Amino acid sequence: MRYIWLIPLLPGIGAAVNGVLGIRSFSRRMAGAVAVTTMTAALALSLLAFWQLLGLPGDARAYDVTIADWIPPIPLATHDAIGLFHVTWGFRLDPLSGMMLLVVTGIGTLIHVYSTAYMADEPRGGVARFFCYLNLFCFFMLMLVLGNNFLVMFVGWEGVGLCSYLLIGYWYEKKSASDAGKKAFITNRIGDWGFILGVFLIYYTFGTLDFRAVQNAANTMPIEAAGFGVLSTICLLLFIGATGKSAQIPLYVWLPDAMEGPTPVSALIHAATMVTAGVYMLGRNAVLFQHAPQVMTIVAIVGVLTALMAASIGLVQNDIKRVLAYSTVSQLGYMFTAMGVGAFSAGAFHLMTHAFFKALLFLGSGSVIHAMGGEQDMRRMGNLKKYMPVTFATMMIGTLAIAGIVPFSGFFSKDEILFQAFLHNKAVWVVAVVTAAMTAFYMFRLMSMTFFGAYRGPAWESASHGAVAVAAAHGVPHPADPHAHGHGGQPTHEVSHGPSDTGLGHHAQAISHQPSAISHDAAVHDHGGGHGHGHWHGPHESPSPMTYPLMVLAVGAIVAGFVGVPAALGGGNTIEHFLEPSFTAERSDSGIADRGGRTAEPADIRNPQSAIPNESEPHASTGVELGLMAFSLLVAVAGISVAYKCYVTSPEISERLAERFAGAHRTLTNKYYVDELYNATVISGTMASGRGLWTFDRQVVDGAVNGTGWLTVISSFFSGVTDRSVVDGMVNLVGWIVQESSLAFRRVQTGLVQNYALLMLFGIFAFVGLYLFVR
Amino acid sequence: MITNTHYMLLSAALFMIGVVGVMVRRNIIIIFMSIELILNAVNINLIAFSAQLQNAVGQVFAIFVIAVAAAEAAVGLGIILAFYRNKETINIDEMNLMRW
Repeated sequence: MRYIWLIPLLPGIGAAVNGVLGIRSFSRRMAGAVAVTTMTAALALSLLAFWQLLGLPGDARAYDVTIADWIPPIPLATHDAIGLFHVTWGFRLDPLSGMMLLVVTGIGTLIHVYSTAYMADEPRGGVARFFCYLNLFCFFMLMLVLGNNFLVMFVGWEGVGLCSYLLIGYWYEKKSASDAGKKAFITNRIGDWGFILGVFLIYYTFGTLDFRAVQNAANTMPIEAAGFGVLSTICLLLFIGATGKSAQIPLYVWLPDAMEGPTPVSALIHAATMVTAGVYMLGRNAVLFQHAPQVMTIVAIVGVLTALMAASIGLVQNDIKRVLAYSTVSQLGYMFTAMGVGAFSAGAFHLMTHAFFKALLFLGSGSVIHAMGGEQDMRRMGNLKKYMPVTFATMMIGTLAIAGIVPFSGFFSKDEILFQAFLHNKAVWVVAVVTAAMTAFYMFRLMSMTFFGAYRGPAWESASHGAVAVAAAHGVPHPADPHAHGHGGQPTHEVSHGPSDTGLGHHAQAISHQPSAISHDAAVHDHGGGHGHGHWHGPHESPSPMTYPLMVLAVGAIVAGFVGVPAALGGGNTIEHFLEPSFTAERSDSGIADRGGRTAEPADIRNPQSAIPNESEPHASTGVELGLMAFSLLVAVAGISVAYKCYVTSPEISERLAERFAGAHRTLTNKYYVDELYNATVISGTMASGRGLWTFDRQVVDGAVNGTGWLTVISSFFSGVTDRSVVDGMVNLVGWIVQESSLAFRRVQTGLVQNYALLMLFGIFAFVGLYLFVR
Repeated sequence: MITNTHYMLLSAALFMIGVVGVMVRRNIIIIFMSIELILNAVNINLIAFSAQLQNAVGQVFAIFVIAVAAAEAAVGLGIILAFYRNKETINIDEMNLMRW
């Protein structure tokens, strides 16, 4: 455990190697191997560290490692004294970060493996770049998870945002992808603004940034039940940060657009890990939030509204990844609801189970997209369970898990949240249950449109037998697509890419074109188990590096819930007790901490608002809990059966409904016009103010500069005139006076030798005369 | 009897002829010749006194003067030649380059 700082470092090394050497010189296989190896090593270390953590007694499960000073102590003012601002590169392993650690490294490793197959058709340097970014993301994410103070966490926080931007814009030549990257980054910046302000205020209030020290200090402060004090302000600012990173109202708009990135990225970053960073951060600061009940209420309301809104949008989306994206937003809303009602461990539990089944669903959708040659529109799929049984089976498990069907993981975590919401606030519970029904509906809509019903996709080119024969052999009614046929078995094979040209395919084709004869045979075999390069030969099961992670995640999606079986079902709710120490202040903090410690009545600290008398009794009877479970199960089954009826048995129902409620349908399809609203208000406001400032700059600032320049020109003109007339005039005057006054004398100098001689003679005469006569 | 006075009168006459020649003539060659007259007037004086005083120094001086005059004539004729090549004249009035 002394070496937990190696866990983030290993993917960091992988990223450096792939970034410095890989992009220039590694083969695809080599780049993938480097990335997968470093992640596997990090996973092994994490498992070891986690094992050692489990070996410690329940109350002492925390381990701090400080590897270096980051900011040496410098004096800095706090609200009541001059404190020492001291930040170290400190890492902390405790139950909460341990759980996140396993999620990040475990799912991260699986997704790295999956990516080696998914990205196999990318150009060589691109694959290395992809793995470099992916490893770098894991580096920052692990930093975020393991950091033991706010600033180390902030490094990770910003770093994952950066990697998210890089990976969303991985296909940067596509304008929509680079736009989505920018949108994600800028939206996240707004949240980060709140987060860093919160960190400033934390230092100003507590004089330290260490998580544990801040929690202990906050624990001694009174609960701000009535007013909106400094703790509430801190929590609100931190929550703004969380809304950005975890895609909550009002900053959720970037996540659906982030689906422009490669699907493994969506699975790792935009479903399993990065977007849960906000939830993790709230859990990290549980003590702070417990002292700010009003902010907790805000969190719960925002969470549940996000859940409802995103789920309702997800009902009508047709892009398979967008449905999953809105589902992610919705599930994150659930987690925030849990946090908001004080059920921190339920939220963290749902975070973990969600990481499994949502990563599974995303990877499954990636497999489907891969099979369909880049097609993402579910209206052009259907009946795929015939062609990709493994993907179908695993995705079905994921769907059952997210819908909350009984033995699967989502059931336990979601019901825990629903139960806590029921105890805490009935209105929140009602919305959450409606959302649960919607979740079951849209997930089965997705499954039905993708895997059931009739095949609606484009026809594919057969090998040498002709399309009809193959289609018939697969039992598919032959799609009537006239230009798709007629090439089978002809030597002009390679000119046709098959009808997938008309799809959205962007990576499956156009990479390699072998000579026709070879690809012809290879493609025939590909159809069985491999993935077709160049030509699309109809939907097919994905290669094993893609299916094995799916199977592992499917197992995870089944068993992950068993660590949190509630007491009502005869389980011990292990995870809740395991995570509990991370959400409370230290017990050893003498008498005061006892109020927050586990020795006090647990409900008091877990549900501070339950201290308000008219709140319902937190320990509701087992019967109520069981009843709620049965009810939510019923709701989920109802959602599933409605979806099955609408999309499998009689598909015309959904169309009729869409026509009947055209207005509502249009609103949902257009995502409540939130993007348009933001465009009309915030974005155009920013643009207008920018333009205003630009005008100000051009008119006033530039005007002042130009005016100064103009004044200089004018004044220098006058000083030039003065110089030329007055100064030069005086000099010239002196010269002229000298010249004129010398006129008389200079005549003497005739230049004629005889004149000089004459003068000399006269001189001699004069001197001789003087000598002779005057004496 | 020819006395020292006669020599000195001759010398003075020659000197005055030379001086007037230098002053009034415009041809630089004539001026040169006038200068030679002046020098030789001096020589006559020197030799006359040398003979009277029975002292050879005066004669030595005269010989020196002749040598210097020869050198001076060489230099002067060189200048005159150069001047003539430039101005195509030997009129002294044209030699006024050192004017103001």
